[in-house]
Order: sequence, then C-alpha cells, then structure tokens
Amino acid sequence: MNNAKSDIEPLIMVRQLTSEYGDQVILDKVSFDVHKGEILVILGGSGCGKTTLLRHMVGLNKTHKGSIHIEGHDICNGDDSIYQAALKKIGILFQNGALLGSMTVSENVALPIIENARLSKQALKRLVRMKLTMVGLGEYGHYLPSELSGGMRKRAALARALALNPEILFLDEPSAGLDPITSAEIDDLILMINRNIGTTMVIVTHELASIFALAKRVIMLDKSVKGIIADGEPHHLKQHSDNPLVRQFFNRESRNQAI
Amino acid sequence: MATAASVPVCTITIEQPDEASTRLSLSGRLESGNAARVIEDVLSRLATHPPLRLDVNLERIHYFDDYGSLVLQEIRHFVESRKAAFQLINVPEHVESILSLVDFHHQDYLPTNSKKKPISIFVRMGEAVIIQLDTFKYMTSFLGSVSICLVHGVLHPRSIRWGDTIVYMQKTGVDAVPIVALISFLLGLIMAFVSSMQLEQFGAGIYVASLVALSMVSEFGPIITAIIVAGRSGSAYAAEIGTMQISEEIDALFTMGFQPTLFLAIPRLIAAVIVVPVLTLFSDVFAILGGLVVSSTMLDLTVGTYITQTLEALTLFELMWGLMKSAVFAVLIALVGCLRGFQVRGGASEVGNAATSAVVSSIFLIILFDSIFAVIRSYW
Repeated sequence: MNNAKSDIEPLIMVRQLTSEYGDQVILDKVSFDVHKGEILVILGGSGCGKTTLLRHMVGLNKTHKGSIHIEGHDICNGDDSIYQAALKKIGILFQNGALLGSMTVSENVALPIIENARLSKQALKRLVRMKLTMVGLGEYGHYLPSELSGGMRKRAALARALALNPEILFLDEPSAGLDPITSAEIDDLILMINRNIGTTMVIVTHELASIFALAKRVIMLDKSVKGIIADGEPHHLKQHSDNPLVRQFFNRESRNQAI
Repeated sequence: MATAASVPVCTITIEQPDEASTRLSLSGRLESGNAARVIEDVLSRLATHPPLRLDVNLERIHYFDDYGSLVLQEIRHFVESRKAAFQLINVPEHVESILSLVDFHHQDYLPTNSKKKPISIFVRMGEAVIIQLDTFKYMTSFLGSVSICLVHGVLHPRSIRWGDTIVYMQKTGVDAVPIVALISFLLGLIMAFVSSMQLEQFGAGIYVASLVALSMVSEFGPIITAIIVAGRSGSAYAAEIGTMQISEEIDALFTMGFQPTLFLAIPRLIAAVIVVPVLTLFSDVFAILGGLVVSSTMLDLTVGTYITQTLEALTLFELMWGLMKSAVFAVLIALVGCLRGFQVRGGASEVGNAATSAVVSSIFLIILFDSIFAVIRSYW
C-alpha cells in the first residue's frame, strides 16, 4: 500500500555525508536518496568506502559532517532516542552473519522478537519456525551457528535480520564467499521478500551477477572522487555510462583494457 | 483506508450464518505491529463460541506479512485442536504469496516436543567418564608434543622463536613487576605487623625479621607470584591461543608446516620459566622491605639490625628452594594456559571458559604442588 506522501519524500536521505578515519577522508560530501520499496545496490571497487557508507547509514559509524535522515529523522545529529527509534525500523545482515555463537539458530532469530513483540511461547516458536522456513532452514533451528555451512549461516542471519519485518534491510555483501547457486538462491530470497513484504533494501556488493539480478538502481562509489561516480539502472550504465571506469566495472575489464 | 499510521488497524468481525459454521472476517492490515493483539482478540472471542467449522475470510486484507500468517496459524491450531474444520476463503493473491513463502498449507508448525527424554544416570556417568578420558588423552598428547618440541628445541635452538619469547618475557615478567612488588610489599607489611604484636609480648621483636624473611622466601613469595602470573598471563595464554584456534589461525600454521606447539607453547613456556623466578625474587625483596618499614617504625629495631637478622635467618638453600618451586609453578601456568587454549572449540564463549579454567586449574595445581614440596621437604 503506497501512500502518496511517501512517493515524494524518500525513505532515506543522505546529505553531504563526509567520513574520515583520522586524517584520511574516505567519503567526501556524498548525497543520495533511497525510495520506499526499492532495491538499491551500492557498489564500487575494493576500498572505496562501500561498507563505511553502509555503517554510517545504520549509525555504527558516527559523524557530524553531513546528515542521514531515515523517514525524516536525522540519525547523525539528533539525540539518541531518535536513533533508537530508527533502529526499530531497520534490519542489518552483517558480512559474516554475526550470529551469536552461544545460541542456537532459533534462539538467534527469536532474540529480537522476544524483545519487541508480546507473543505467547507457542506463537514465538511458530513464528521462528516460519522465519526459518522462509529462508529454507526450517529443519535447522536447533543447530548452533558453528555447525552450519557458510551459506546456511547467511540465511540464518537473514532470518534474524528479518525477524521484526523491518521497513529497511541493509545487507553487507550478502553473497560474498558463496557458490554461484547458493548466491543465486540468496538473491531470489531477497527479491521475494522485497516483492511480498515490501521491504526496502540497501545492498553492498560487487558481485556482478547479483547486481544485475537485483538492482533497479545502483550507485557506484570510487576512491578517486571519494564519492558517487554513477547513479542509475545497471544495464543502462553498462552500455551508456560516460565514465570509462563504470563501463569497465560492469563489463569486468581490467584497467588497461580500457579503450 | 489505513495507511502506514502508527497503529496498524485490523478489523475483526465474526458472524454465524448457520448453526454449523462460523465466519471470521479479517480486514485491513495484518502485520508485525498488531499480530499479538489480533491473536489474543480472536482466540478469546472464539473461545466463548467454539465453532464447528470456521471460515476465515481474508478478502479485505490489504497488507499482510508473515506475522499475519502467524495469526492464521494460531487460529488454525486453536480450531483444529478442538476437532473443528478450518478453511481460508477469498484469499487475495498477495496474501497467498506470503502463505506459500512460509509453507502455510503444508505444515502446522506444531512445536515439536522439545522435552528430551530423561537420560539414565548410567549413561550420564558413562558420558562423563568418556569426556574425562578424552581430556586426559588430549593432555597426555599435549605433554608429549611439548616434550618432543623441547628436545627438538635443544637440538636445533634456531627453531625456537626467540623474538616471541622476548615479547612474552616482557608481557609476563616486566609488565607484572609493579603489581607483584605492591602486593608483596603489603604482604610483608601485614606479616610483620601481625607477628610483631605476638613476638613483642616475649620481647622477641627481633624475630619479626626472620619470620618475614623465611616465610616469604620459601613459601609466600613463590605462591603469591605464581597466583598473580596465573591470573595475568595464564588466562591471556589461554585466550590468545583459543582465539587463534576458533579463527583457524592454528590450522593455518599447521598447514604451513609449523608445529603449533613449537610455535605457540614453547616460547610462552620458556618465557614463563625464566621470568617467574625473577619476579619471585622481586616479591621476596619487596616483602622484606615491607617488614622493614613496620619494624623500624613500630618496633625499636634499627634498619641495620633488621637486615643483619634477615641475613642470618636466610640460607642460600632456602632461596634456591623457593626459586626452584617458582620455576615449577611457571611450567604449570604456561602448560595449563596453552593446553586450555588449544582445547577451545566453537565460539566466543568457549574462549572465556578456557581463560577461566586456565586460571582455576593453575591455581589449584600451584597449591597442590606446593603441598607436595612441603611433604618432600619434611622427609628430606
């Protein structure tokens, strides 16, 4: 159910965001919007600040240079209660899953639900089972994360990120280190969740196959400008970008192959 | 029409068109924000009029997520557990896609009875014995591999990582000097204070010096130093090696052709054996200093008399005996710390357990060995 207002006002607004590690500037005055219901992929070569940007958007890296608005609330410069409220709307899939090793998969998924929803024990069990079925791990609830394969761990982490049906899901390299089949399955899962539940997705990745499968819109970062060098539809950028670097990226050419 | 307002609205209506069936209509939004409330509402209303057949009409649901399907699950379970029939009618397409996503039609998600059967006491005793035997086996093989590596190290001194050894000597020894000195000084102070009260009554205040010197050098110096080192460094050894174990660094070393024991345990062992006796010496000196401070201020002893009396009471044998004991304690601390580290399997909490267990086991072993030494000495 889209409502007219949210079509105009973006869900996330990043304005003039500057990020520094010590003296080193990683991102310089980056601005862009994320709209409700879209899948936005942030991409770029290694070390261009993709993950840094994502960490800023979820408030793990703090800066006062620039602003990030989530549903109109500034999480960079506002006080902590604004940030805490924003956290309830977002889910994060960390690169290595970040499942708590001392808890079973079910307990990991149940953790945020127990904190935030008043459900009976039986309903909680059902819900967790359902979340796990959704990511194809219905039978693996009682396993410890260390007993699962990498792909399964990622799915379990995805189920945990989705536990509260967040409006926005941030995914850091969802298919890194997975075989092509598993990574395609994860892509399908992401698309299905986006289509059926309407979750807005912000994905950091550099897997070309995933980018073309998922993204309606990408923004590409680069070290040279410490910011965005391209913003648009991936197929279009592949063919028609003015920037040779962008075309190289999408065509998987090395630097000296450039025309 | 409800938009993304703060409280999602779901309207519940229950009609009974005829005796046999009940129709429950849900409309509006059925989602994470209101699922718990809707479940409660519907179930309490159904409980008052238990239906024989329940049709759930979803025609006017316009937002539905997996929490919505949880609501339907709960209702279905409620109805079917009362031997009544449950049916969804007028399911919109977007609801159907969620339902198939969570496999609603094929499973009831009846929570499987997770209560395990009570295990017989014999099985549990057996398991405990097997675990103990396994630990023992591992310990033996670890000790074996340490011995082999030591022999190898003596034959090929260049294979030992001396650089690391120096670093551990600093971490275990030099960095511990302030705390060992402070604690020993206070201990000497206390001992002199308590004993002077008794000895003064007999006019034997001079023997405070002998008492502090003898008890510190042969007993408390080595023990207190070993306990401090176990707490500071034994736990650190276990945590460092344990973390390397779970992040596969040890496997990496192994596949690069290194002996993990030679690479990680031997430098720590050598470092501990060298620095713990030196720390013990510091401890002895500072304790005697503590005693000196008390005696020269509270008793009528001069600094000179105190020192003379101390030297008279101590023999070289006492000193060497104390230092030898502290070297043995150092071996215990280093071996237990490394062993617990290598035994780590699993995740972060295991590293914590290993550190705890390293400290507890080494303190126990320190006291145990000290008693053994005391027995040996008395039959000397």
